[in-house]
Amino acid sequence: MIHIFSEYGGTLLYGLGQTLLCSILALIFSLILGTFFALLEESPSKVARGIARVYIEIFRNIPLLVITMFFYVVFPLYVIKMNGFTAGTIGLTLYTSAFIAETVRAGIQSVDPGQMEGARSNGLSFWQAMRYIILPQAFRYVIPPLGNQFVNLVKNSSTLAFVGGFDLMYQGNVIASSSLETIAAYSAVGVLYLVITMPISYYMRYLEKRLA
Amino acid sequence: MLQNFIDAYSPDNLRYLFGGLGITILVSIVSIIGSFIIGSILGVIRYVKIKYLSAIVGLIIDIIRNLPLILILFFTYFGLPNLGVKPEIIPAAILAMTIFESTMLAEIVRSGIQAVDPGQMEGARANGLTYWQGLWYIVLPQAMVKMIPAIVSQFISLVKDTSLATIILLPEMLYRSQIIYGQNTNYIIPMFVAIALMYFIVCYCLSVLAHYLEKRQA
Repeated sequence: MIHIFSEYGGTLLYGLGQTLLCSILALIFSLILGTFFALLEESPSKVARGIARVYIEIFRNIPLLVITMFFYVVFPLYVIKMNGFTAGTIGLTLYTSAFIAETVRAGIQSVDPGQMEGARSNGLSFWQAMRYIILPQAFRYVIPPLGNQFVNLVKNSSTLAFVGGFDLMYQGNVIASSSLETIAAYSAVGVLYLVITMPISYYMRYLEKRLA
Repeated sequence: MLQNFIDAYSPDNLRYLFGGLGITILVSIVSIIGSFIIGSILGVIRYVKIKYLSAIVGLIIDIIRNLPLILILFFTYFGLPNLGVKPEIIPAAILAMTIFESTMLAEIVRSGIQAVDPGQMEGARANGLTYWQGLWYIVLPQAMVKMIPAIVSQFISLVKDTSLATIILLPEMLYRSQIIYGQNTNYIIPMFVAIALMYFIVCYCLSVLAHYLEKRQA
């Protein structure tokens, strides 16, 4: 396994970079989208709640790979051409945003309803109260599950390998087929995934314990 | 456009796709049963804190949980032949899913056991049961009931994750849809609609079930 690192170090590092880049982009966008849909779900309007529900259920219950393939295969035919990395990141963002919406919603619900009542009776509108009073408190509870979502994102970003996204998994396949040492190549890839995911998982477990 | 849908959903194509759904469900069910058994054993070992053994099992669980499932699929299908074992596609997929999911279930089992009131074990011990008897007859049955919703949720992600096995050419829905639209590009959209709907219906029904079970317990 060591010689895989010395021989293909550059390729592996490039893959690791793509995996991280895609995961971080998808995390940022899905955090924005997820928070937006969580707010819609908690809003007083029935229509908004319905829209949010449909969005969340659709993207939670369709496999990530099907969503990614949709953007990779169908979009270029009718809308715009995009490369594997873009298609993969969009797929990851939409898929993860549904899970983040659920997480953020649970965070909002864990804030004492008295906070909203207090804010409203002090003259803040519903959205002002959400923005200044509820969300800042909700996010504290949401951080450990969000960290776990990020771990899932890094793992799920391996679907980029299906669409030629040049991520870590893709490079692992390239190395496995050119060196013919499948076990060593995949072990090297595994080690690199663990370097990212293990510390985050352990840190989130520690945070969870401290918050409980 | 409409004609494309009608052509794409010919009886033969539909039969072929539903066959893929059958394989998806077969792989999912066999894997969840296997992972439930292995996961329960691993979860209990991690919970009871046997010297060294629990720490090693815990580390293995954490390592596998933090790897992508696709990597484990590659290990079983392309890696094992290097060690002299050459599994068929379906057993390789089931093996990979079982390895991955049993670590997920181990964590569910462990937190299920932890959620049982420690007074139950103390009561069992005070009534003369040994530690293992107390675990088997008193704590585990209560923990299992608490775990059911989480296991159903895990089953949903398992069903979705079977689509990843297209990469080792498991002939499930996604793979078969690709074969169908590979013959005629007009079928691309109808095929995506069909498989998205099929996955959605299966997973949505399961998530309604999980939600119902969770509500009934609370």
